[in-house]
Amino acid sequence: MPRRTMVEAIRDALDVMMGRDSRVVVFGEDVGYFGGVFRATEGLQRKYGTSRCFDAPISEGGIIGVAVGMGAYGLRPVAEIQFADYMYPGYDQIVSEAARLRYRSAGEFTAPMVVRMPCGGGIFGGQTHSQSPEALFTHVCGLKTVIPSNPYDAKGLLIAAIEDDDPVIFLEPKRVYNGPFNGHHDQPVVPWARHPLGETPDGHYTVPLGEAAVRREGNAVTVLAYGTMVHVAEAAAAETGIDAEIIDLRTLVPLDVEAIERSVRKTGRCVILHEATRTSGFGAELSAQVQERCFYHLEAPILRVTGWDTPYPHAQEWDYFPGPERVGRALRTVLEA
Amino acid sequence: MIEQKPLSLHIPEPAVRPGDKPDFHHLSIPQAGAVRRPPIDVPAHEIHDLAYSIIRVLDRQGEAVGPWAPGLDAEALKAGLRAMLKTRAYDARMMMAQRQGKTSFYMPCTGEEAVACGFQTALEKGDMNFPTYRQQGLLIAQDWSLVDMMCQVFSNAQDRLLGRQLPVLYSVRDAGFFSISGNLATQYVQAVGWAMASAISGDTRVAAAWVGEGSTAESDFHAALVFASVYRPPVILNVVNNQWAISSFQGVAGGENAPFAARAHGYGIPSLRVDGNDYLAVHAATAWAVERARRNLGATLIEWVTYRAGAHSSSDEPSRYRPKEESDAWPLGDPIERLKNHLIAGGDWSEARQTQLRAEIEEEVLAAAREAERHGTLHDGPKPSAATMFEGVYKEMPRHLREQRQAMGI
Repeated sequence: MPRRTMVEAIRDALDVMMGRDSRVVVFGEDVGYFGGVFRATEGLQRKYGTSRCFDAPISEGGIIGVAVGMGAYGLRPVAEIQFADYMYPGYDQIVSEAARLRYRSAGEFTAPMVVRMPCGGGIFGGQTHSQSPEALFTHVCGLKTVIPSNPYDAKGLLIAAIEDDDPVIFLEPKRVYNGPFNGHHDQPVVPWARHPLGETPDGHYTVPLGEAAVRREGNAVTVLAYGTMVHVAEAAAAETGIDAEIIDLRTLVPLDVEAIERSVRKTGRCVILHEATRTSGFGAELSAQVQERCFYHLEAPILRVTGWDTPYPHAQEWDYFPGPERVGRALRTVLEA
Repeated sequence: MIEQKPLSLHIPEPAVRPGDKPDFHHLSIPQAGAVRRPPIDVPAHEIHDLAYSIIRVLDRQGEAVGPWAPGLDAEALKAGLRAMLKTRAYDARMMMAQRQGKTSFYMPCTGEEAVACGFQTALEKGDMNFPTYRQQGLLIAQDWSLVDMMCQVFSNAQDRLLGRQLPVLYSVRDAGFFSISGNLATQYVQAVGWAMASAISGDTRVAAAWVGEGSTAESDFHAALVFASVYRPPVILNVVNNQWAISSFQGVAGGENAPFAARAHGYGIPSLRVDGNDYLAVHAATAWAVERARRNLGATLIEWVTYRAGAHSSSDEPSRYRPKEESDAWPLGDPIERLKNHLIAGGDWSEARQTQLRAEIEEEVLAAAREAERHGTLHDGPKPSAATMFEGVYKEMPRHLREQRQAMGI
């Protein structure tokens, strides 16, 4: 099976869907001729023409607003926001329009659109190239929020997102675009070519939205993670020798609560990881769900390892990013409880 | 050293306030027929002057004059008169229904009937309007069911939107009427996207975007003009300048220094400024812009100069911020009176027939209201079930919504 980086897998998903469905159009800042600042749309304009893949003005509100209109017409727009940190001017269109169009029109109009946006830190991106705004989407009813951690899932989830009839926010952790990253910034980058999840089949396949994946089976503690933090969790489990069960949520809404429940009932302990800031982050929702559903199986308080409640700093990148050491500490703490 | 005076901030104020004599001297109104009618492929920069004038067809005697006189036959004009009268009667009935507690809220378009009713006649089936909450005339001009509209206002058992939306936020796909949102100007850029989709698909359908002059201040207005300028999609960008955004006069939206039509110049989009109370001018300008769009010549912006004769909404009291007599003093008059006078001047109508038609329409609206009320009103009679509240958030109901519905015991 061919090995692809996550960027290549995303590009391949777009290629597959543009080839299969003439309603799929791809646009955003620099995505046309240039092929995107992360190369995710490279070659698509040449292959499918300028009316299927094109550059957009620097206007996030405009990009998402026209996508809503295109979706209402019957196209399947895939819009790119260059960095998740810059989605805020389009937030009104996402929250007030895309998310509610089906509901408020009782199904007369829908927004079958995908908004792709690179997210997350670990790249010295500072305050406006590192954010993880997923909780601002998971709180919005009518949206689906997806965040892959590897090339195989990225392609399958993106195809599923494009085929989905509801608006999907597709967050791409840019730190793992070219290789898995476990938080050890002092070690050389491992390419996806040497990771089993770099294997992505050619052609069409999907990874269903709303299904989590168990990345490591274990009995001692359940770790709930997504995006880059899945790899950090794997490193922390290996380094501490703790038999953690690591669940890659993949889709945050709708959430695979069965997978979470099954695991926590088995292990009796739960640690939740995310890069995003702590207060009212998605971890709070996960913690509440686990507490409500697994209270009588819990042997220890649920812990969250997250970014601090500060803007994402530049020089203090590795003090901010929740690396394997902090995760390992949390794993030990819940086991000692 | 030169002594500098301290700076001071300019806060626009309307010429008059409650208790003052209405004053519209700031509005320069050309004679009917005075503004030229350029070819539809005119470059934007060759008609900059049109944004600073007002296209008008009906003169003081009710004659249709000048190059924009559309040559609509008497039957078409009578249909327009009927649509406007029906829109006004519908508004009056629904305002009354709100006062009677049959619904929570209503918004009339009194004085602005010609803009929507006249516009709709130049569209074809399949074209899509992206209206605000004050274009009910788009539906009524198509003879869309008043009962259907009223059921939405009453949020009753027959409301197609299942009681989910505030009154007047209609959605009628079959009538080319996009779902209305409470968030202002969002639909303006969506209309551009819809038109882009039509062009991408090699279709022949066009879109119409609608916004009030107050909401041109929203960033989506700018985004829409940028995208319309860049991609040249088949869209008509309507700005209904009714002088008022709730209590704020149009100067607060930036209208003191330049007409709203002139906004298009910086984007290289052709624009027209039109007498919004002149049904014939509305039809003619719309037809011009629609033809441009349909021939792939791109977007047109039209500022409709009109006056919001009624309250902003059933929750508003205009006498607290503007003179009570202001709407009577509005120099462009009443759109219904003006079209009626034109028909009479042409020998196709009479005061007696107008009185008769008004009575017929009153009866029709009353009958529709009785029928709609049989399906329930907001606090009385049948209404959509609470279980439907959880449907349609997504195409398929996800587990967490099923659980929440079950938690309600339904």
